[in-house]
Amino acid sequence: MSSEHSTESIQDHIRVYLIVFGALAVLTVVTVVASYLDISTSEGIFLALIIASIKASLVAGYFMHLISEKNTIIWVLMLTVVFFFVMLFLPLISYTDQVHI
Amino acid sequence: MEVPYIIKEREDTGLINSKLGIWIFLASEIMLFGGLFSAYIFLRLAAPPGDFARWASELSVPLATVNTLVLISSSVSMVMAWASLKLKDFSKYKMYMGITLLCALIFLVIKYFEYTAKFSHHIYPSSSTFMAIYFTLTGLHGIHIIGGMIVMIYFWLPIGNQMWDSRPELFTNRVEVLGLYWHFVDLVWIFLFPVLYLL
Repeated sequence: MSSEHSTESIQDHIRVYLIVFGALAVLTVVTVVASYLDISTSEGIFLALIIASIKASLVAGYFMHLISEKNTIIWVLMLTVVFFFVMLFLPLISYTDQVHI
Repeated sequence: MEVPYIIKEREDTGLINSKLGIWIFLASEIMLFGGLFSAYIFLRLAAPPGDFARWASELSVPLATVNTLVLISSSVSMVMAWASLKLKDFSKYKMYMGITLLCALIFLVIKYFEYTAKFSHHIYPSSSTFMAIYFTLTGLHGIHIIGGMIVMIYFWLPIGNQMWDSRPELFTNRVEVLGLYWHFVDLVWIFLFPVLYLL
């Protein structure tokens, strides 16, 4: 956030922070309840990760102000996300080694 | 010589240097935790079916749920501390930063009880693959909590008052940068909680 925020805009921000806080608390309870649902493991993993991603987006978007952040930071993060997924699935290559064993 | 562009934004990036710096640091943190999440996925895929879920059932979901709510509360109070400085209300900043510190301490105390409960049942990182990655991930996360608390204490003590009195804009920016780090620590927990405790 840049330094030219007016008092009114900060007050608006505070309202948003409290709404996000409520949403995060509700989603935490939803995650726990969803884990007791009678669904398959893969469906459970999918649901839990979807809820966690929504919560993470709320924290990053509003508390970390990414929603109104400068492009320099957005580009740094997009590059990070690309490398993150490359690293996450890099070990998959090892599975191709084992095919003919 | 003073570090340049820590109060006014640079024209080319549109940012103060400290904010760009913390974001690049957080990018490296994403890779650090990302590597361990990747390890978790492949260890789970290689484990006997149901092994991870069975060991995860040893953990306390109620305690972790409370800890999640505590950490979310600390994130809100951190952003409120920054907003208070923007509103030039230093006493409110002190209150909110104090609440953030308290929440961080509560998180650690609960984590301590979780760990000692495991140890008393003779469950250690060496007990299973799940417990190895559980202690690694939560331990590293706990170290990040302690790191954040050290900076929070520094800004909460009288030296914070001095910084605010002499250079309020710089102090506000410092609290914002600390907040970005703290929200990231919260963000990591948001993924750790379902992955380790609920799946």
